Amino acid sequence: MIALQKRPTPSRTLSLATPLIAVLITMIMGGLLFTVLGKNPFEAIRTIFWDPVFGEFAFYYRPQLLVKAAPLVLIAIGLSLGFKAGIWNIGAEGQYIIGAICGAGVGLAFYPTESRLIFPLMILAGAVGGWAWAMIPAILKTRFGTNEILVSLMLVYVAEQLLASMSLGLLRNPEGMGFPGSRNFSDFPAGSSWINEAAGLHWGMAFAFIAVIFAYILLNRHILGFNIRLTGDSPHAARFAGVNPTRLILFCLGTSGALAGLAGLFEVTGPSGQINIDFASGYGFTAIIVAFLGRLHPVGILLAALLMALTYVGGDLAQGNLGLPSAAIQVFQGMLLFFLLALDLLTNYRVVLKKKGAA
Amino acid sequence: MKLTKLLTSATVALGLATTAMADDPTKVGFVYVGPVGDGGWTYEHNKGRLAVEEAFGDKVETTFVESVPEGADAVRVITQMALQGADLIFTTSFGYMDPTIEVAKKFPNVKFEHATGYKQADNVSVYSARFYEGRAIQGHIAGHMTKTNKIGYIASFPIPEVIRGINSAYIHAKKVNPDVEFSIIWAYTWFDPAKEADAAKALIEQGADVILQHTDSTAPQAAAQAAGNVVTFGQASDMGEYAPFPRVSSIIDDWAPYYVARTKAVMDGTWESVSTWDGIGAGMVGIGEISDAVPADVKASALEMVAALADGSYHAFTGPLNKQDGTPWLAEGETAADYGDNGLAGLNFYVEGITAEIPN
Repeated sequence: MIALQKRPTPSRTLSLATPLIAVLITMIMGGLLFTVLGKNPFEAIRTIFWDPVFGEFAFYYRPQLLVKAAPLVLIAIGLSLGFKAGIWNIGAEGQYIIGAICGAGVGLAFYPTESRLIFPLMILAGAVGGWAWAMIPAILKTRFGTNEILVSLMLVYVAEQLLASMSLGLLRNPEGMGFPGSRNFSDFPAGSSWINEAAGLHWGMAFAFIAVIFAYILLNRHILGFNIRLTGDSPHAARFAGVNPTRLILFCLGTSGALAGLAGLFEVTGPSGQINIDFASGYGFTAIIVAFLGRLHPVGILLAALLMALTYVGGDLAQGNLGLPSAAIQVFQGMLLFFLLALDLLTNYRVVLKKKGAA
Repeated sequence: MKLTKLLTSATVALGLATTAMADDPTKVGFVYVGPVGDGGWTYEHNKGRLAVEEAFGDKVETTFVESVPEGADAVRVITQMALQGADLIFTTSFGYMDPTIEVAKKFPNVKFEHATGYKQADNVSVYSARFYEGRAIQGHIAGHMTKTNKIGYIASFPIPEVIRGINSAYIHAKKVNPDVEFSIIWAYTWFDPAKEADAAKALIEQGADVILQHTDSTAPQAAAQAAGNVVTFGQASDMGEYAPFPRVSSIIDDWAPYYVARTKAVMDGTWESVSTWDGIGAGMVGIGEISDAVPADVKASALEMVAALADGSYHAFTGPLNKQDGTPWLAEGETAADYGDNGLAGLNFYVEGITAEIPN
């Protein structure tokens, strides 16, 4: 019988090193996979990890990494607060969609007015939209004790239907010849999140960095951060310490909702450009992986999001240049998470062989 | 300071990337919305790409990226192809319209071809096929084949292309079977085998014994096969592995001649921005073999209609036809125009008799 035994004191160095080891093992196993597919493994790994950052066209891909990473950072930072306290918001994708709809809706209501006030108003609307969507599972949980995992997840599907309805109805581009989809924000400078489109910089990146800094301060220097960690480690101790669980749930779900809403707003008014039926591309779910890959630590999340972005951007590059199938890239991304979780387990537990009947 | 430097280097590199050497092979890029193995839409576009390779051998180099989400990722992937020196880029889904236009502005020397959209530019052509001609054949056969008089329709997105298909199939089913009813499920996806299978099962449970699909996977075919007595049609690709039953015929998109011709035009330097909309006559829409599960007389009349659509003696939208709300659309003998008010390009209403509503 193989059993797992908890290590009394998991090695701290090892726990910090596991992401790096996981990346290394993924590279080796991924290389094997690419070899089996008849590609040069070194070329493939170089295309995915090196070319976007240092290759010939890195000037274009570097900002693209930020474009891809910014929504992941914003959402994952919010999620990590709740995850630390054992509050599981799985529906960030829905909050992301609603934030985008609310923010874009406010902006489009002013079309084609040019005013500096419009964009800040849209940011506010995006955050409030995401916050309100997250308040549904929060209030249902605090009032009626429902499970926030289920409620928030189910609300993603509601949000997707709302998105379809908006792109076909209320927000449909009146000059779109009957096709679904709102006006494109690239035709509406006052409502655009691009700071400099040619350089690939938008406000979402600025907000992502600010969110990282705030989360770091909150978790390390503020009593609320302490309460969050305490609740996660020991709910009973937290109650004795006077932590109000209702307020904590409202805070964690609300913050993650607002941040996801912001991510949606920046995405729809910049890189994506318009509200459309398939606007949602899974950032809300990928951010869950990013949050754990980053160890629920603000700086870790930033690095993890950049790494995820690299596998996406580099993965598309490998498809285009080397003819790797997209499924191989997805397997590669899956490996990364798998090895990280496996190494995590082995850091915290040791494998022991037990005789049957003994112990 | 740093930003300006970055921008300058970007401009220089963009310039370099777009100046192709004369003796280099012509580079052709393809952006796909689904995986090349979807067995439907993307599969056929990829067959077009392979036809280009076969036609020109060493003189072309083709690349593709599959399963590209419509939006920011599409912009990046199209830019990536242009940066890597593509001379011609085919973007093969409606949702790539704005991304294609956006990237095309930055690479004036690269030619772009966008499928099924309506935004043209000096270096962006648009092309699509008159799938609704194939839908007319499907409707004709479906109207004859149904015993429950209930036909299920798995629709993707409520865009004119899909609405044209529903109308065309309905009109021709109704013509041969006045009792026919259409149930329409919107899947809001082009390719999602699980969702498509669910939709097919739901329609079958509601009593439909013919399933038409405007989504790209073979999942509805498999669901129909499992049910045993449900008729289907291949979509975008022949889906011949489900013949002779449940799949009794199919609409096949044949992009190969167009892709070869456009690549040739780039090689010869004769490429111009055009808008192409071809049907059965030009060979862009093919009708897959009508299997023996269809009675011989129905097969014969269907083939007659194929011939009439091909030589232009019959138009799939011929009046008298009313809109769903009863207002007249086409007078006796009148055929639908491509563009303008109530034109086919922007069609956004059902014809009279369909009980469902277009979602909005």
